[in-house]
Amino acid sequence: MKAYLMYPDQDFDVSAALGKNAKELYQDLELGVILDAMAGGDEFLRDIAGRGLLGILKTPQAIEYRQQILIDCLEQPAVIRQLYSLAVEAIEAEKHVYHSIFSNYPSSVLRTSMESLKILVKVLRKLRQVADDNATSFRSPGFTRFFGMLADQLDDEYFSTIANHLKTLEFRNGVLISAGLGKANQGTNFTLRSPETNQQNWLERLFNQDRSTLTFQISDRDESGFRALAELKDRGINLVANALARADDHILSFFSLLRAELGFYVGALNLREKLSGKGQQICLPKPEAMTAELCLSLCGLCDASLVLTSSRQVVGNDVGGDGKALVMVTGANEGGKSTFLRSVGIAQLMMQAGLFVVATYYSSSVCDGIFTHYKREEDTSLVSGKLDEELARMSAIADEISPNCMLLFNESFAATNEREGSGIARDIVLALLKSRIRVFFVTHLYDLARGLYGQDLPEALFLQAERQDDGKRTFKLVAGEPTATSYGEDLYRKIFTSEVPERVQRA
Amino acid sequence: MTFQSILFENPAPVAPAPDVVLQAAFLTDLQLSQIIDTVTAGREAYGLKPYFYMPLTSVQSIKYRHGIMRDLRTGGLLAGIELFAETMRSMRDQLEQGAKLSYQGQREALFLETVEIYCAAVNTLLAALQRADVGSAGFAALRKFLSGYVASEYFRTLAAEAKNLRTDLAGMQYCFRIKGGRVTVAPYKSERDYSVEVEQTFRRFQQRAAKDHCAKTSVYLEMNHVEAMVLDRVAKLFPEVFAALDLFNNRNLDFVDPTIDRFDREVQFYLAYLAELKLLQEHGLQFCYPQVSQTSKEELVQDTFDLALADTLVKKNAPVVCNDFSLTGTERIFVVSGPNQGGKTTFARTFGQLHYLASLGYPVPGGQAKLFLPDRILTHFEREEDLKDLRGKLTDDLVRVHDVLNQATSNSIVILNEIFTSTTLSDAVFLCREVLTQIVDRDLLCVCVTFIDELAALSGSTVSMVSTVVPDNPAVRTFKLERRPANGMAYALVLAEKYSLTYGRLTERIGS
Repeated sequence: MKAYLMYPDQDFDVSAALGKNAKELYQDLELGVILDAMAGGDEFLRDIAGRGLLGILKTPQAIEYRQQILIDCLEQPAVIRQLYSLAVEAIEAEKHVYHSIFSNYPSSVLRTSMESLKILVKVLRKLRQVADDNATSFRSPGFTRFFGMLADQLDDEYFSTIANHLKTLEFRNGVLISAGLGKANQGTNFTLRSPETNQQNWLERLFNQDRSTLTFQISDRDESGFRALAELKDRGINLVANALARADDHILSFFSLLRAELGFYVGALNLREKLSGKGQQICLPKPEAMTAELCLSLCGLCDASLVLTSSRQVVGNDVGGDGKALVMVTGANEGGKSTFLRSVGIAQLMMQAGLFVVATYYSSSVCDGIFTHYKREEDTSLVSGKLDEELARMSAIADEISPNCMLLFNESFAATNEREGSGIARDIVLALLKSRIRVFFVTHLYDLARGLYGQDLPEALFLQAERQDDGKRTFKLVAGEPTATSYGEDLYRKIFTSEVPERVQRA
Repeated sequence: MTFQSILFENPAPVAPAPDVVLQAAFLTDLQLSQIIDTVTAGREAYGLKPYFYMPLTSVQSIKYRHGIMRDLRTGGLLAGIELFAETMRSMRDQLEQGAKLSYQGQREALFLETVEIYCAAVNTLLAALQRADVGSAGFAALRKFLSGYVASEYFRTLAAEAKNLRTDLAGMQYCFRIKGGRVTVAPYKSERDYSVEVEQTFRRFQQRAAKDHCAKTSVYLEMNHVEAMVLDRVAKLFPEVFAALDLFNNRNLDFVDPTIDRFDREVQFYLAYLAELKLLQEHGLQFCYPQVSQTSKEELVQDTFDLALADTLVKKNAPVVCNDFSLTGTERIFVVSGPNQGGKTTFARTFGQLHYLASLGYPVPGGQAKLFLPDRILTHFEREEDLKDLRGKLTDDLVRVHDVLNQATSNSIVILNEIFTSTTLSDAVFLCREVLTQIVDRDLLCVCVTFIDELAALSGSTVSMVSTVVPDNPAVRTFKLERRPANGMAYALVLAEKYSLTYGRLTERIGS
């Protein structure tokens, strides 16, 4: 039995190692804010949200599978939360089963497993009930399959078979064990047997013949004899205890997986609530196959992490970038360049995780992986050391990245003079484009932007932070030829004439 | 030829007692004791050391061993022999274990298993010999012997009976029921496996690989009395098999053939050395079959090294320096001089080890070796203990050198390391001259490590070898000895080495 709520044919692997770029993505895209919103204070949900977000899907079909489930979730939040709490209930209840310190003895493994199974079977019944009550109001293939499976696999007859086993395993008639001869004639291959009904009488007669030479009785005073007998019995029930303990494990891991998979959608519900609290619009993005022509089209795209933390209305961007493998963003400082870059990174991640995005429209080709290369502010070492560090990071990315990936640069390679930095960056960018990697590059390296613009690359799009004539920023990006200044003068004036003192240090 | 021993041609000497230990100055001085300890480590049960105290005295007997070694190293025999040895070891372990069991039903079953293991070992060995491209007289004789043994009535019966008994025992199945304190044993009637039923019921929940909750079965071979009572009743269910088992035990008490037993011990003499050889070869060091002679004292050795030192260095991943030497015409004596810490003593040891290892019939350290087979190796190494009493020490030195010369025949090798250091230079020059002159006169092969430069040019039979070292940094031992006149140190070379600017070092640096 599999929940298959994250993938149509695959478990949600919550122990898989995250990609080598995960740490950078988390830091550069400020994913912490989004994960906090999804977690709603629950560490488990935060972990699951992170894994869901970073373990991106790579085909539109896989994304649509989740999107359809997500629609069911958004429409039936109460049922989703109820299912989730059943999974939590099963796991929590099992924790209270007493695990003896002698738990390595088959008899106590058996006892513990039986106790635990009784609890889990109860929750399974409740789960079946929820399925029975709500199946018709869910339309996604994922949930249709899931509820169908519950109805099919957990029918009443099955529950009664389990009950019978649990009764048999009380061993009220003693245990019948078969064995063979092993090393030094020790008993081996101990196997618990269930006597055939037509044999029952024959065996009973034999076992009841007190004087049979094949029977012996341990004397009541023979304590070591009774211990030895218990050991013998333990060997006989070893396999059945193992089978039952495994069943117990499996059911438990079914619930664990269910909890994880539903947890992702509970996170999505939490995020939606936070966003709608801010009055923010969301939409289901439209993923395009990477085989088709490159697609990038967005409308009202906001940086989700900024929306969640800002008290003001956030300005969304519109970009028509179909066919553009390179998006070069230049222009005014504090003009929303970094915010735009982050909004694209987050939206692409969320789309490929099967989530909604914070935009009125977002459509993009799926990519095989998302990487970030950001200037590291905290690095205060020598200039040459800094460039060295940036190139080392770039080299590490090059080890991991492959065609059809996406790479976001933010003010990279500016740790040297403009000419050198531009030269390095240009070679890297052109090499990446040649390797069919999508590049988003925010830079104030005019030489770089201007140089690339001059090459008339059909796959390049140049955006600039908009600046009105009065020097005021709209935080909107507009397409156009890169201009030589980043309007630092504006910023200087703004800082030194108004009262925003914390910016002085960084200017 | 009837096979007797894998170490000796017929007639082979009686196998030595396993626990003999020889205390001899040359073993310690040449660090042969250390080599023997290293080589035999982990194989104590075979009592190999006595064989190391039995150097061979004929070229013929050395060739016998070279043949065996070649078959082991290149004839594809090694794996089969090692498997045989391992099987024999577990056979002996089993035999020992069985003797300790108190219930007859158990003892006899374990004995059966021991015999089975023995038969497997013998068959393994024969198969390995038949499969391999055996070129040595020793292995050919062994193969012939084993074919005969395996085809013998005794062995065939032994193996067949063991096999039948095993089939019978393995096929037995019985049932027992425990209810309260009462146990009843009954024939097994194909009752259903209940664990399978339970497993099938819950199969639909199967997720990924499941943890194993099976309890470990007790590790004691010995049964408790309840198990023994069950076994008694099982024996009643199958009386014929248990009677046959009993008979098998009584008829085959001494089932191990003495020749196979001796082979099992003696082949370890080769395997032990091969293990060491393999370790050093993996670190780029070479071994070769020495060309030995009982008549010619001309020698030629390339890329040789001190085996004891190499073992230590290799285990620390430190580089090992190899040396070459040769004696041609009437040359007999190496006079080794030069700065300390430069490998002089190492050279003296290497020289001694080479000849001794060759006399054991082993491949020796080096890419190529032509060696004289001495009747014995005599050493005099400086003893550090008695420094207080200088007069006493000189006397002691003289007495010991005298003994050495007394014991030496014209076929002996003498190795003198820093003799007469406890007297004045002029005394030392005089004494050394006298001793060396005697050695020259008696045509002995000799290495003489000395600080007295002028000895190097004593006669036409002396060869001067000079050690080299980085003087500013004595920790850097070059251990390289060069054949050239003893004229102090070649400072230019030393300086170049200090700055890593010699031809070799510089090309190495530029290359890396």
